[in-house]
Amino acid sequence: MDLNSKKELAKIACNVRMGIIEGTFNAKSGHPGGSLSIAEILTYLYFKEMNIDPDAPVKADRDRFVLSKGHAAPALYAVMAHRGYFPVEELKTLRKVDSRLQGHPSMNYLPGIDISSGSLGQGISAACGMALGGKLKGDAFRVYTILGDGEIGEGQVWEAAMYAAAKKLDNLVAFVDNNNLQIDGTVEEVNSPYPIPEKFASFGWNVIEIDAHSFDEIEAALEKAKATKGMPTAIIAKSVKGKGVSFMENQVNWHGSAPNAEQYETAIAELKAVLAGLEG
Amino acid sequence: MADVIKTATRDAYGKALVELGEKNPNVLVLDADLAAATKTGAFKKAFPERFFDTGIAEGNMMGVAAGLATTGYTVFASSFAMFSAGRAFEQVRNTIAYPHLNVKIGATHAGISVGEDGASHQCCEDIALMRSIPGMVILNPADDIEARAAVLAAVEHDGPVYMRFGRLAVPRIFDEDYKFEIGKAVTLKEGTDVTIIATGLMVNEAIEAAKVLEAEGISVELINMHTIKPLDKEAVIKAAKKTGCIVTAEEHNVIGGLGDAVCDVVCEECPVPVVKLGVEDTFGKSGPAVELLHIFGLDADNIVKKAKIALSKK
Repeated sequence: MDLNSKKELAKIACNVRMGIIEGTFNAKSGHPGGSLSIAEILTYLYFKEMNIDPDAPVKADRDRFVLSKGHAAPALYAVMAHRGYFPVEELKTLRKVDSRLQGHPSMNYLPGIDISSGSLGQGISAACGMALGGKLKGDAFRVYTILGDGEIGEGQVWEAAMYAAAKKLDNLVAFVDNNNLQIDGTVEEVNSPYPIPEKFASFGWNVIEIDAHSFDEIEAALEKAKATKGMPTAIIAKSVKGKGVSFMENQVNWHGSAPNAEQYETAIAELKAVLAGLEG
Repeated sequence: MADVIKTATRDAYGKALVELGEKNPNVLVLDADLAAATKTGAFKKAFPERFFDTGIAEGNMMGVAAGLATTGYTVFASSFAMFSAGRAFEQVRNTIAYPHLNVKIGATHAGISVGEDGASHQCCEDIALMRSIPGMVILNPADDIEARAAVLAAVEHDGPVYMRFGRLAVPRIFDEDYKFEIGKAVTLKEGTDVTIIATGLMVNEAIEAAKVLEAEGISVELINMHTIKPLDKEAVIKAAKKTGCIVTAEEHNVIGGLGDAVCDVVCEECPVPVVKLGVEDTFGKSGPAVELLHIFGLDADNIVKKAKIALSKK
């Protein structure tokens, strides 16, 4: 990827992070930590990778996206807003009564959400169904999903993993946001999912390990996924929970709490400085 | 007297799926390693390219069904009632019903009449579970004719449907030209003293009970409530006002099923005595299905008894 494209994507990811902070601050609740950790992946998918059209959010041949870790909705909404699905200003309505931006994504509220999600472990199954539907129809669309590293404790994830490999769903890519933290502590402390790559590999998946915050690595992984036939791809993305906001990074308490006014100002100032650096 | 045709509603389900598959290329069928028992195997044989076995993973099956539905297919997902409504409750609730997707759940082996497999597989809680989900339609056919009609109606309905089928062969009640409409109760017999509202295999028992009661000079209004949700409230209110007392009969726990649904309406609209006949908040056990139905009071004799209790409360 050339330097300019990378810079442009980095700017968008920075704006997405500001959107996450804006949304959770106004909502006085939500999940900033695991939203900030997937900003680059979502930015790359929505701005470089996926065949989508914000003006035709349900066009039949679109690529599909399922946020299996649905609590990271603030990140999805922010990237969708910046991609043109709805005004960025609307991010301030997150979690409020009558908002289209429900606490967890709902396809009935917001066009562009390919399926409602949030109850962990269920999104990947729906993604399998979409990938299977695409194959049946002979459509070329691809299906992307993001799982949390805590989420893969759900047995259903492995039911789906077994199924996707058995049905050779090579049009399916599952990211695992490996930020190493879940509500009750580090993932090792709670109920270790490690080693993650070996688990997916043993289920018959093509496995790629990347730095979740590197656009180059995201791009290379998605290219490899496309070139891989006969099996689904799992991209294990090592990430930093709370990435981009200094006091939120690697802090488990930012899994599910919103910044107060002072923290909001600090976070936005930090992100604005990063943006200015990218623009300068 | 001509021999009565006896067919399990699960067999009618399998046949109806094949019929549907011939007419509608948009129909897919999923199963979780029970195709031989749920009778989706018939569809698998006829349309192998439109049949998908998810293996023993009902939660994933419901999610896959939802995902397929978002790509424009009408998807039938089948397993036993215990695993469709029980194990996969939350997947049905969150990934099928919340987004209101076109997934039709074909739940077989409902109730005590599973027989020898015993309590672990005798689901008497599924109606209660499914009733509690917003927007879910629940169909509980009484014979093979009605089971076929339910499948054909389900596919025309926009949104999720839970269809409840049995393992046990039950007598045919309806004619081939039987008209079925979701949410519309069927009055099988008019009467003035007591109303019997039955569903599923209890409809046939209710017909037998009505004969006994009539012979004793008790006039029975008999209603087949094939749709538990949305319940035909008008039919319930009309019957309550007409006869002044009601007996409900279902092969399901007395908690949360047809009886409760009827009580909800009667309590609010026209309070009259309602006596609920069902499984008395207990687990089943192994044994031949017909024997078990008698042991658990799911028969015509018990309906007669309950009808007299209802009459005494008027």
